[in-house]
Amino acid sequence: MKNFRTLSLFLFSIFLVSSLVLAQDKGYVVGDTAMGFDLQTVDGSQVSLDGLENNKGAIVIFSCNTCPYVQAYEDRMIDLHQRYAPKGYPVIAINSNDEQVSPGDSFDAMQQRAQEKDFPFAYAYDKSQEVIKTYGATRTPQVYLLEKQDDQYLVRYIGAIDNNYQDAASVSEPYLANAVDALLEGKEVTRKTSKAIGCSIKWSR
Amino acid sequence: MIASLSRLLFVLFLITLPGFSGKDRPEPDFKIISFEEFERLTAKESEKLRIFNFWATWCAPCVREMPYFDHANKSNTDMELYFISMDDARRPERVSSFIEKRDIQSPVYLLNDVDFNSWIDKVNPDWTGAIPATLFVKADGSRHFHEGEMEEPELLKLIDQLK
Repeated sequence: MKNFRTLSLFLFSIFLVSSLVLAQDKGYVVGDTAMGFDLQTVDGSQVSLDGLENNKGAIVIFSCNTCPYVQAYEDRMIDLHQRYAPKGYPVIAINSNDEQVSPGDSFDAMQQRAQEKDFPFAYAYDKSQEVIKTYGATRTPQVYLLEKQDDQYLVRYIGAIDNNYQDAASVSEPYLANAVDALLEGKEVTRKTSKAIGCSIKWSR
Repeated sequence: MIASLSRLLFVLFLITLPGFSGKDRPEPDFKIISFEEFERLTAKESEKLRIFNFWATWCAPCVREMPYFDHANKSNTDMELYFISMDDARRPERVSSFIEKRDIQSPVYLLNDVDFNSWIDKVNPDWTGAIPATLFVKADGSRHFHEGEMEEPELLKLIDQLK
């Protein structure tokens, strides 16, 4: 009897652990508390959620150098930072691609790209891929909009920047801007997720 | 009248010749399609396993797996392959020159609808939007979806299972 109880307890713990692992595999859903990070940026400094000052949240964008969709959005990422950083929502772009698999996404190449485009936002390197694995992004560009509440960062929106990568003037649904505007007005974000075609993450082998 | 009718019949006869259909076609099809056209294509009745591979000319993992798909299509008479390009429809020449350079034998359709969120879930709710991704439609109409790059043995095994 005792053996049976030990066995069931053992099996139950396996079940618990595996469901936790599975949940982690999928990454965050809207409402989750986002993990903090401390990453090196292209200007040699570190960027972390805890280190942000006078902010209400953060616009975390999983990005890279080489993806044509990212390239199509770089100017819009600059605009978003310039528009929302003063209101408390800075953009933090994170490149998680493995430089062996995708040499164009090396730290040197990131520095070069940031200089060419004069990025006003932090462009950070997630070399260990720990941050992207925890967040659960699967493509670039992919946005996690975080709202700060009692020193915690809550995920409020996951998805695309808007619904037309080709032409900013033809966008009919600026998903991210709408979500940030809603948070700034103290309202609930209406569209909490969106999908877009994007470049796969170049995972370390 | 009779002459033009017999000419029409002759053309119809030509079209039904083996050389005009299926895998004997020397040149692959390339055209730009809407999402509605894509949906009609996937919903079409067929006795074959149909495979829709989402890719783009600039996508390295997509380009790596393409030959596996193209070869499988050549050696399997009971499957039909379509490469669905996510390239920019304003520059179709990038795709057509790629087809020529890489000698792609299967039809390539460029899906021109950048309002991605409006249709990704209709292809498959499990698709996060990353490419490469592949939709398999079995003869009975049921679907299997795979996101991510595939190695050749993995693909061939899956084709065998789904056929």
